[in-house]
Amino acid sequence: MAKLSVEEVKHVAKLARLAITEEEAEKFAGQLGAITDFAAQLNELDTTNVEPTTHVLPLVNVLREDVAAEGLSRDLMMKNVKDQQDGLVKVPPIMAE
Amino acid sequence: MSLFKHTSAEMQELLKNKEVTIADLTAEAFDRIEALDGEVGAFLALNKEAATAQAAEMDQVPFEERGPLFGLPIGVKDNIVTEGLETTCASKILEGFNPIYDATVVQKLRAAGMVTVGKVNMDEFAMGSANENSSIKPVHNPWNFNHVPGGSSGGSAAAVAAGEVPFTLGSDTGGSIRQPAAYCGVVGMKPTYGRVSRFGLVAFASSLDQVGPITRNVRDNALLLEAISGVDANDSTSANVEVPNFAEQLTGDIKGLKVAVPKEYLAEGVSEGVRAQVQAAIDKLKELGATVDEVSLPHSKYALAAYYILSSSEASSNLSRFDGIRYGFRAEADNLEDLYLQTRAQGFGDEVKRRIMLGTYSLSAGTYDAYYKKAQQVRTLIKQDFDEVFKNYDVIVGPTTPTTAFKLGENLEDPMTVYANDILTVPINLAGVPAISIPCGFDADLPVGLQIIGNYFAEGTIYRVADAFEKATDFHTKTPQTWEVK
Repeated sequence: MAKLSVEEVKHVAKLARLAITEEEAEKFAGQLGAITDFAAQLNELDTTNVEPTTHVLPLVNVLREDVAAEGLSRDLMMKNVKDQQDGLVKVPPIMAE
Repeated sequence: MSLFKHTSAEMQELLKNKEVTIADLTAEAFDRIEALDGEVGAFLALNKEAATAQAAEMDQVPFEERGPLFGLPIGVKDNIVTEGLETTCASKILEGFNPIYDATVVQKLRAAGMVTVGKVNMDEFAMGSANENSSIKPVHNPWNFNHVPGGSSGGSAAAVAAGEVPFTLGSDTGGSIRQPAAYCGVVGMKPTYGRVSRFGLVAFASSLDQVGPITRNVRDNALLLEAISGVDANDSTSANVEVPNFAEQLTGDIKGLKVAVPKEYLAEGVSEGVRAQVQAAIDKLKELGATVDEVSLPHSKYALAAYYILSSSEASSNLSRFDGIRYGFRAEADNLEDLYLQTRAQGFGDEVKRRIMLGTYSLSAGTYDAYYKKAQQVRTLIKQDFDEVFKNYDVIVGPTTPTTAFKLGENLEDPMTVYANDILTVPINLAGVPAISIPCGFDADLPVGLQIIGNYFAEGTIYRVADAFEKATDFHTKTPQTWEVK
């Protein structure tokens, strides 16, 4: 595990869809580097053959009867949409013209 | 003296004797919020009109139809959705968001007859340990306004400590109920993972998050946990286990109870003042008839690193839903890609961005095995530590936090220092077991919290120990100066 470079931070920010300035990338590189340095101590532990825990309860396939139920109304679901038209969510162009 | 110095049982007695009405109790909450919250900063959206109308209606309900929490006011953490009442997670990105349904816990509060007076402040998306990451305003510790209340449920703990409301709900992913409860001298419970439905709790780290109660005394905490617990068809991780009557288990008797004290929890990093108060509390448990042994939770020191990787990884995935399209803040942009980039850059605060990036990095090809999978394996070792101790002991006790509340602004520049505050609380979330923080003394006039950890679904045992300690001490009766206002 190594320190994060400014380039890596920019790449991660892009993956996470966060616009980031050069200045911010430098600041975050330092802070994230400190955290990943700290996390490197996990390497002290031998975890060969240790199963990863994703979830603490022994739950497998929680199922219910397949019965139709009323969902939320469309009007209600559109209540918080900033920009809409004819019951559809409006967004800026996806592709350049 | 405020009506909220009374326990819920005493408030019910006052209602029954017609000395007060539910309308009076509701008005008391809003009056105290108005008088105090300018300095405390615990409340965000207030539900005054609806709560006042609800209270007047509820006063008409016959006494025999009321439960123990009926008509009592409560504040709800702002990451729990409330229909028609603005819910922002103290983030700019959810500015103006009006939920279209109630979280399961909010439905349960309604069923118990509780009156929701408003939403309480928090660290943005529950990420923080000082409540300084709220994008709206910081919360101040009612014991000393220059100090932080803890976080992320800082508003929940401060509102109860200041006597603005007798009950609040918080959420706890790595200590976010217990740490502020300790800093503010109140009672806060993180239930077993799965005990309480997460439906309608805005997800931070889904495998760690739990909703829980914050109150001034143990019995009220037990009553509120019973009210919000239970399996829920809308949360497949809620556990299908019986919900006990916790209050019935408060016998005050802990003779023969087996208490484990992990040596790692009183090690370096824990301040002298905290250590002294916690040691005195452990002696008190002995005096009450418990047997106390030192044990080891050998992987404790690795919990913090594993926690920040796992919680940030889950957060990076959960928070991808905040894209400016369907709710909350939307930035101006010429194309969709820019809309996402700008909405998220302008809508999230720095701590949230840090964690999203740490999580994204941990989950990336090339780092996944070294970070995410490694942390999950360490999580297994930490869980096994607890399983081992609970084979022979009823509860584990220690401090909730290494120090008392620090000063506002003291640790703003260094995220790692703030993270270190969670060292005694995060292992509990990784294991998924329940734990409470109760007041156990003061160090330089700031409260110290005692953490009592139980086995899976053994909240009843935790409450029994906490209640026995509370009955034998008077820390829970202490109130900060703010109580004398109004």
